[in-house]
Amino acid sequence: MISIQTEDFDCGAEHAALRRSGAGTGAVATFTGLVRDSGDAQDVSGLFLEHYPGMTEQVIAGLIEEASRRWDVRKARVIHRVGRLLLQEQIVFVGVCSAHRGDAFAACEFIMDALKTSAPFWKKELSEAGEHWVEQKASDVARGEAWDK
Amino acid sequence: MTDQTLTVRFFSRLREELGTEQLTLPADTGQTAGDLLAALASRGGPWAQLQGSQPVMIAINQAMAKPGAPVKAGDEVAFFPPVTGG
Repeated sequence: MISIQTEDFDCGAEHAALRRSGAGTGAVATFTGLVRDSGDAQDVSGLFLEHYPGMTEQVIAGLIEEASRRWDVRKARVIHRVGRLLLQEQIVFVGVCSAHRGDAFAACEFIMDALKTSAPFWKKELSEAGEHWVEQKASDVARGEAWDK
Repeated sequence: MTDQTLTVRFFSRLREELGTEQLTLPADTGQTAGDLLAALASRGGPWAQLQGSQPVMIAINQAMAKPGAPVKAGDEVAFFPPVTGG
């Protein structure tokens, strides 16, 4: 299930829902991304996140499908927030449950890495110096491409 | 109404710097996404950046596409900077 929303989310409730994915589930791996104080700029006080409604959901659904072909994925959950977010707020949640931890870790990391370089979201950093759109990082592109090998 | 036109959408930095969220343009036969980009860049001013040093990503009908991909009447074509979510 995929949610793009302005509201915050409850990791505990999401984890509990992932646990209820059948008796064959032996592992739940989750990732939560937060707004931190330094990115392209220093003293970042928050972010503004824009997305391409419709395309975003389609791209993420494709990533979950690909993860399900490559690993044992019993259930996957992606939440991404948009709009204005303050320091230390939650931005993104990826949760995967599998029979075993290897598949859960790999599928969770793949979805997160691929989301960063293929889902149409854009971050603008807000700081005292002003605001600016974040540039895509070569390291993020390399992480995404590493999964193609 | 959409018979002979296509929709162009801009996001993020491009949306802001072009001061444009969406355009409706005539759809020309045999046109590619790259042709569309070149035609818009020739408007000059901030539009020139569509063929500048910074990469511009292309989506046709909400799927990533290459500059050589054909565009036709009724299509939704989007131009945007490399994505930075997560």
